[in-house]
Amino acid sequence: MKALRNFLDKIKPQFEKGAKFGIFGSSFEAFESFLFVSNKVTSKGSHIRDSIDMKRTMSVVVIALIPALLFGMWNVGYQHFLSLGEHADFWATFWFGFLKVFPIIVVCYVVGLGIEFAFAQVRGHEVNEGFLVTGMIIPLILPPEIPLWMVAVATAFAVIIGKEVFGGTGMNILNPALTARTFLFFAYPSNMSGDKVWIAEKADAFSGATPLGDALVGNIDKIPSPLEMFIGNIPGSIGETSVIAILIGAFILLYTGAGSWRIMFSVVLGGLVMGWIFNLCAINEYMQIPAWEHLIMGGFAFGAVFMATDPVTASQTTKGKIIYGFLIGLLAVLIRVINPAYPEGMMLAILFMNVFAPLIDHYVIEANIKKRLKRAKKLIKI
Amino acid sequence: MPTITKIRKGFDIRLIGEAEKTIKELETNRYALKPTDFIGIFPKLLIKEGEEVKAGSPVFFDKYRDNIVFTSPVSGKISEIRRGAKRVLLEIIINADPDISYIDFEKANPNDLTRELIIEKMLKSGVWPLIRQRPYSVIADPADNPKAIFISAFDTSPLAPDYDLIVHGQGDIFQTGLDAIAKLTSGKVHLNLKADNPSSRVFSKSKNVQINEFTGPHPAGNVSIQINHIDPINKGDIVWYLYPQDVLTIGKLFIEGKFDASKMVALTGSEILKPKYYKTHIGASIEGMIEDNVTDIKKRFISGNVLTGSKIESTGFVGFYDSQVTIIPEGDHYEFLGWGLPNCKKFSFYRSFCSWMTPNKKFRIDTNINGGVRAFVMTGQFEKVFPMNIYPMQLIKAILIEDIDLMENLGIYEVDEEDFALCEFISTSKIEIQSIIRKGLDLMRKEMS
Repeated sequence: MKALRNFLDKIKPQFEKGAKFGIFGSSFEAFESFLFVSNKVTSKGSHIRDSIDMKRTMSVVVIALIPALLFGMWNVGYQHFLSLGEHADFWATFWFGFLKVFPIIVVCYVVGLGIEFAFAQVRGHEVNEGFLVTGMIIPLILPPEIPLWMVAVATAFAVIIGKEVFGGTGMNILNPALTARTFLFFAYPSNMSGDKVWIAEKADAFSGATPLGDALVGNIDKIPSPLEMFIGNIPGSIGETSVIAILIGAFILLYTGAGSWRIMFSVVLGGLVMGWIFNLCAINEYMQIPAWEHLIMGGFAFGAVFMATDPVTASQTTKGKIIYGFLIGLLAVLIRVINPAYPEGMMLAILFMNVFAPLIDHYVIEANIKKRLKRAKKLIKI
Repeated sequence: MPTITKIRKGFDIRLIGEAEKTIKELETNRYALKPTDFIGIFPKLLIKEGEEVKAGSPVFFDKYRDNIVFTSPVSGKISEIRRGAKRVLLEIIINADPDISYIDFEKANPNDLTRELIIEKMLKSGVWPLIRQRPYSVIADPADNPKAIFISAFDTSPLAPDYDLIVHGQGDIFQTGLDAIAKLTSGKVHLNLKADNPSSRVFSKSKNVQINEFTGPHPAGNVSIQINHIDPINKGDIVWYLYPQDVLTIGKLFIEGKFDASKMVALTGSEILKPKYYKTHIGASIEGMIEDNVTDIKKRFISGNVLTGSKIESTGFVGFYDSQVTIIPEGDHYEFLGWGLPNCKKFSFYRSFCSWMTPNKKFRIDTNINGGVRAFVMTGQFEKVFPMNIYPMQLIKAILIEDIDLMENLGIYEVDEEDFALCEFISTSKIEIQSIIRKGLDLMRKEMS
């Protein structure tokens, strides 16, 4: 490590402001701080600082996504061979999926990080780590058949319009990963919906509809069993199908405190409540399916665990988080069941609530302010 | 029965180097008054280099409030007046006599004096600056009538000195100090103790005060937290506050009739070989404490605790209000993949490190920032270490955009920099929160005056 450090120390002056490669200063800093935690010491305020930093926090989320990613790779292969009616062993199945999914991840990271680096360079600040997570989530919420150029366009759109125009990580209003998915959903609907895109290189005769797709057109009897939906060996976006893998991720997020339990809990509660309401006034078969089944169908679990909990776009106050999560769950199930245009409601529910999160916070904080004013007035009366 | 307030939110930073309960007389003849210890004053010197002073002789006063005088803690000769950039007055160094001679301010029983006479005596002798006010944490204005006076008799900050030990055997002096303070307000004097362990009899037997007890982690010992839970500050309210050693100094002024600036200082930190208590005077040089008593790596010397103290040189002086000196390693080194490895030697508030699994283990923490500065990303973290009904992040943001009304509405009058020290410590984005809060308080003070 000493040799590497010496090498970095040697070339560092060339990346300083005004030097030969000065314009790449931010990029150099990003690589250097990836390899070595900086030697900067505190100059004011608290003399000691916690060992945590943004890199570690973001890495925890990436680690939490890995079970869903690995399962997704296997499932892409499994669905492919299932549709062909062939049988392949575990490694062949996984390898097929890996070859399908890995290029999507690479394209996503290369495009996204490229733009992040360029913006950091132009603005002259350090490269933010936020895209490490976004770049992992985007592939997991896309269908396996998505063309790579679309991944590139969507990622660029999400990073530039969804995030950088607002000032970068921490300033964005909408969840960048969902911005990418929404862009594709409305720009290239034929590649993002229907029953052809969810299985890679599918045999034509095989139905590749997702449970939500079946449910929407009234094929309730075709919905896979709850156990299958829980395990996740069903067609769907790459990383969203397996509730087990997502629960492992949720455990990691909750254990480390990187994700808000309040949001996860209230999203689930919101989904259940809406499901029960439908059960009570059911006028068609879709409304009759048990409320809890909504939690394991489609992207509900993935959205609740990994996307509703994005701290930048969620509500920031404790009470606000509960209201925000509850409404996401409620809206997701509402859109799913009622709106014929969108089989899945999670994406739009989260984006919709992203927009309303600041408003929720505003009222929560107003309540705090009113309480303080009341306290002051009470004393004046006495 | 005193009321017990349970503070649930907070966090104790577990550092190596707590002071042993042994007391040593400090041998030094260098003392200094540092005008930078006092927030918001504009010092005007009353002495010149080379002049002789006695303990209690005026050294400088505040240009804006000329009745507030700062006096010499010891007798001796002014050896140097140090100035910094733009001629800012940094240190007035005094070479002390071997035997301190005092100016006589006349003995008196505070119970026989009027409020005006007590204030006059305190102003003249230079003990007045020991009393500070909330909001803004500036020296109290003698013209105000505070709604209450708070004394926090325990310190929960890292490696904090034990006030029980410090006041031990000085019950009469402490009571006299309390009697004097009680005359300064028409409201109550609150003496706040830690409920978990039996407090010194000096505290629990105190009269003329209301005793309140607190339990819980840091910042339970911060006076803002105590005020917030007992008698919160509303707009326009003024609360005065001070600490046990200050009460002793005030007590001695009335019993002995002199400004006896002797105080106890705890020498703490992982780089001290023998951490212990020193008996000395306000503004003592730390040279005598660290001689043959520190490790030989690069160190940071702090007057105060690691969260709120100020950086000093190895030849520097203990701050006017500080009862503690902390010495920790300087962290100016690189660490390979330090952000990623599951390192159990590191200390963290978060569970992505494993320090939470060893709740009794103590850690050696250096001054490395451990990361780069980012925008606010994580939410809900500050609230876990901020035991007041105030939204910390929203208040910080209100200060950043300099929205006076919003700052006021969100409760800026109730807070101080030190209350945000833990938020600053745990901040994932490495934001300098304490200086933001100070900026906000200064801005409010300017707008409101």
